[in-house]
Amino acid sequence: MRLADAFAARSQRRPAFVPYVMAGDPDLATTEAVVRALARNGATAIELGIPYGDPLADGPTIAAAGARALASGITIEDVLGSVARLAPEIPSSIVLFTYFNPLDRYGLERFARDAARAGAAGAIVPDIALEESEELRAIFACHGIDVPMLVAPSTPPERAVKIAAASSGFLYIVSRLGVTGAASEPDFAPMRRQVAALRAATDLPLALGFGVSRPEHVRAVADDVDAVIVGSALIDALAGTSGDAAVAATERFVAELFA
Amino acid sequence: MPIEPNARGYFGAFGGRFVPEVLVAALEELEAAMRSAFADEGFWAEYREVLRDFVGRPSALYPALRFLGADASVPLLFKREDTNHTGAHKINNTVGQALLARRMGKRRLIAETGAGQHGVATATVGAKFGLPVDVYMGELDVERQALNVYIMQLLGATVHRVSGGTKTLKDATNEAFRVWAAQVEESFYVIGSVVGAHPYPYMVREFQKVIGEETRAQCLERYGRLPSDVIACVGGGSNAMGIFSAFIDDPDVRLWGVEAAGEGVASGRTAAALGAGSVGVLHGSRSYLLQSERGQVIETHSISAGLDYPGVGPEHAFLKDSGRATYVPISDDEALAAFYDCAKSEGIVPALESAHALAFAKKLAAQRTPDSLIVVNLSGRGDKDIAQVRALRERAEVRS
Repeated sequence: MRLADAFAARSQRRPAFVPYVMAGDPDLATTEAVVRALARNGATAIELGIPYGDPLADGPTIAAAGARALASGITIEDVLGSVARLAPEIPSSIVLFTYFNPLDRYGLERFARDAARAGAAGAIVPDIALEESEELRAIFACHGIDVPMLVAPSTPPERAVKIAAASSGFLYIVSRLGVTGAASEPDFAPMRRQVAALRAATDLPLALGFGVSRPEHVRAVADDVDAVIVGSALIDALAGTSGDAAVAATERFVAELFA
Repeated sequence: MPIEPNARGYFGAFGGRFVPEVLVAALEELEAAMRSAFADEGFWAEYREVLRDFVGRPSALYPALRFLGADASVPLLFKREDTNHTGAHKINNTVGQALLARRMGKRRLIAETGAGQHGVATATVGAKFGLPVDVYMGELDVERQALNVYIMQLLGATVHRVSGGTKTLKDATNEAFRVWAAQVEESFYVIGSVVGAHPYPYMVREFQKVIGEETRAQCLERYGRLPSDVIACVGGGSNAMGIFSAFIDDPDVRLWGVEAAGEGVASGRTAAALGAGSVGVLHGSRSYLLQSERGQVIETHSISAGLDYPGVGPEHAFLKDSGRATYVPISDDEALAAFYDCAKSEGIVPALESAHALAFAKKLAAQRTPDSLIVVNLSGRGDKDIAQVRALRERAEVRS
């Protein structure tokens, strides 16, 4: 499902719920079961991580999840295979999350084509900023793959406007300086300083990520942004589980997050 | 003139700025501060003064009369970066970056280190300029390089063990980038080689080009001509870019970058990114890189910790593809043989990194005539390697 349609249709969750899971951690069957559970439990879009050994934008939780997935031999082809099975079944958009080098190696054109065929709605590439993203955005646009871009607390206002204009699907607001990972007391003040200008610059949904991990965080930002992206906290909640136990842990986590 | 990268930090097809958005503003701030400092004669005057009084520059250009053998007729010179304070070329760069950090009002220095040489060089300038230093070092390297860890601590730095990934330099670099992202406003990330996102490859070269400038002037003054060949080892490639940069416009000066073949470029246990790698993106720039078919960075091997890195600076990738420099492999065994030879024939214990350049010099000299003039950049001294070499020798004796 396209991101625009998924965001337009969202009803269950305010703000919209955009969880992140690492494909193949601990195995693809578990990942697919977790994605289905997330979709059943009101996820508007689901970020599916493609494992990479040198994840510069990720903290220890997602880095370790990627290392486990790589150890089990997960490849881009495997992840796209999962997307092809999941996309026709679930009412959520699937957004691939991948670092640039494996994508570049696979081939931008080939990746965009294969991702579109599999039914992915978008791709987030966290280690290329605006200046290096032009070619990728053009190619992905040709195949109908949205590329949500990231705005950080350190992004100057005039640059944030340019990023918003280049983004598609949604605009990813990074809540803090640093890398992904659950935070006990995130500071949402930097995000609040940016939101008004971003609203004026784009009609895209604004999604907040990095450090969003607790029900009180979700409630705290519900009036500021359209969606919350939750990755590391979910992966922590799934730690050591697979199959049905992972599905049960997912359902508990979502129920608690939106309690 | 050394090559200028374009406005986006590219040397030809290589370089750029492949980083998370959170770091872009910091890199732009750094680039602006660097350009302002580079245009300020006062900045360079202070840099030169610190190099003279603290580092001990200029370093000698030493005629090595015995290394090639008693009857050798090809003149061979060593550029003595091993005699710098802290024992290698690394300090040229950390002095420059520390001065820049101070000028920018940054309050902390962050550094990655593999063998510990760049960590020690950063800890040294941190102590000198009164800036706290956090060094990120792979867990395996912390264990292998206990002495350097202790020296860094003695100099007041905090050494952080990095336990992710391969637990070596690549992962220490990842971690340094992550930490920098979280403290980007107060901290200055001192990268140790001509790698990383723009402007680092260019900036680090500018702080190392003093090696080439001195070498060029010393050759002209002493020999009335330029060298025929300039040889330097290449891991990330900062000592090589430092010496190459003064000779880029002299087409008759052949430039040789010596990579660590490890157990051989085709063995799978190598660190020769240019010789055995392919084009990709690592640590913020596009260059050659040792990677799998699927774009995962692969584990490297070299006897020399300072060359044990899967990437290489983007300017080297450009010099390789343009043909201006030639990159050749030297194996662990060849480097070790040169290490012993240099100690016995010249009274100089070279770093294992520099021993790669020495091993190639011997091969090249066999094809050169007496009217040539070969310069080897002796990038560091070998004190740090003695425990390792001794263990290797003892193991070899047990086997034989």
